[in-house]
Amino acid sequence: MPRPERSFRTDALILKRRDFGEADRLLTLLTPRYGKLDVIAKGARKPTSSKTGHVELYTRADMLLHRGRELDIVVQVEMLKPYLELREDLQRGAYANYAAELMDRFTTRSEEDSTVLFTLLDETLQRLCVDEDPRLAVRYFEVRLLDEVGFRPELHECVVSREAVQAEDQYFSYADGGVVRPEHAIRSTSFVPIPMVTLKVLRHMQRSPYSHVQSLSISRALHDDIERILLGYITFLLEQKLQSVDFIRRIRS
Amino acid sequence: MSKAIPEPVIRLTEAFARLPGIGPKTAARLTYFLLRAPDEISQSLADALHDLKTETKFCSVCFNITVSDPCEICADAKRDGRVIAVVEEPLDVLAIERTGAYSGKYHVLHGAISPVNNIGPDDLRIRELVERVGQQDVLEVIIATNPGMEGDATAMYIKRELEPKGVKIQRLARGLPVGGDLEYVDSVTLTRALQGRSEF
Ligand SMILES: [Zn+2]
Repeated sequence: MPRPERSFRTDALILKRRDFGEADRLLTLLTPRYGKLDVIAKGARKPTSSKTGHVELYTRADMLLHRGRELDIVVQVEMLKPYLELREDLQRGAYANYAAELMDRFTTRSEEDSTVLFTLLDETLQRLCVDEDPRLAVRYFEVRLLDEVGFRPELHECVVSREAVQAEDQYFSYADGGVVRPEHAIRSTSFVPIPMVTLKVLRHMQRSPYSHVQSLSISRALHDDIERILLGYITFLLEQKLQSVDFIRRIRS
Repeated sequence: MSKAIPEPVIRLTEAFARLPGIGPKTAARLTYFLLRAPDEISQSLADALHDLKTETKFCSVCFNITVSDPCEICADAKRDGRVIAVVEEPLDVLAIERTGAYSGKYHVLHGAISPVNNIGPDDLRIRELVERVGQQDVLEVIIATNPGMEGDATAMYIKRELEPKGVKIQRLARGLPVGGDLEYVDSVTLTRALQGRSEF
């Protein structure tokens, strides 16, 4: 969306931040109307700045931004949702790292309407704070994100033959982004087996609101298998390892 | 950069531009300043830069930057070695020392856990801290990492690693900044200040 005005106000989730200059922070934001933006928060590392504390990672804030020559500048900011539990629980925080890293890697700075992605991440951060099992919120986030950024996995028909898959264990092709019937699966690193039960839960996640997914009872082993498929597919798409995954594994052990 | 600019000028400008807080324009300004300034200014800068790396090292106990090993603080018998304050950066040691309110020792991590920026526990001096607590007579560890997602995750991770050692673990109190108005304080800080309120 073009924004000729010199100043504009936006809701924002803070995806990334790094130190910049003497006491400034460079922030990567996800906004509903302007997509992903890099902005500068001047003085935000000094405890006495009115911005400090309001520009924390994985919080939602109301911001007034001023168009700069290269980077937009944060004029005013007020934290709206602190998502405190992410800061007080190592595991929940690690999952928030992962969700933010995925969002960052799958989006570009394009200034297009990103309301759906914004709402998805906002709801996911909320779920990561309150859900008994934060892992489920992460899986649902992965499925929805893939949908929205154009990598929705095909789970109903064979991506090789276009035939409907039967109710039996199948294969999943990372390269083709979907299920492959056993007779069409060739031995390759981008083909992995997918049991029918895993496939069923994934289909359910694709078509259902979160509250319905929450009511499923998923065993630990089944969850691990869903994670294997989704993470395998995502890693294949991004063509590199995700830093936040290493940390999650580290603290899980 | 244009071919009209001599190679040594380009090299120094690019070297300056890699420093934190210095953009390409400031880098060029610094280079041209040194070009015109008397020789002794650039000579003393070159010497200082050279000595910075050759004459300093990490203290083998606390990993602060030092000329002698162990560092002055670690070698000081008057300081209480049973208490260790864990900080992210050497500059944080200076900040705590300036208060004059702390007489224990330090451990410098050299950063904070930040998976998004590719910094994991193994990139920091966490294992050395755990070993140190196991070997020395340490009663109390004060985790003084920065408030914020990265510092908080680092603090929680260290706590997890140190808990089996049976040492008392504390986190620096997180409260309101002096000179700030309450209405401008974010809700994370305010919540914690309320949780950490004390008898008055
Ligand atoms: Zn030392």
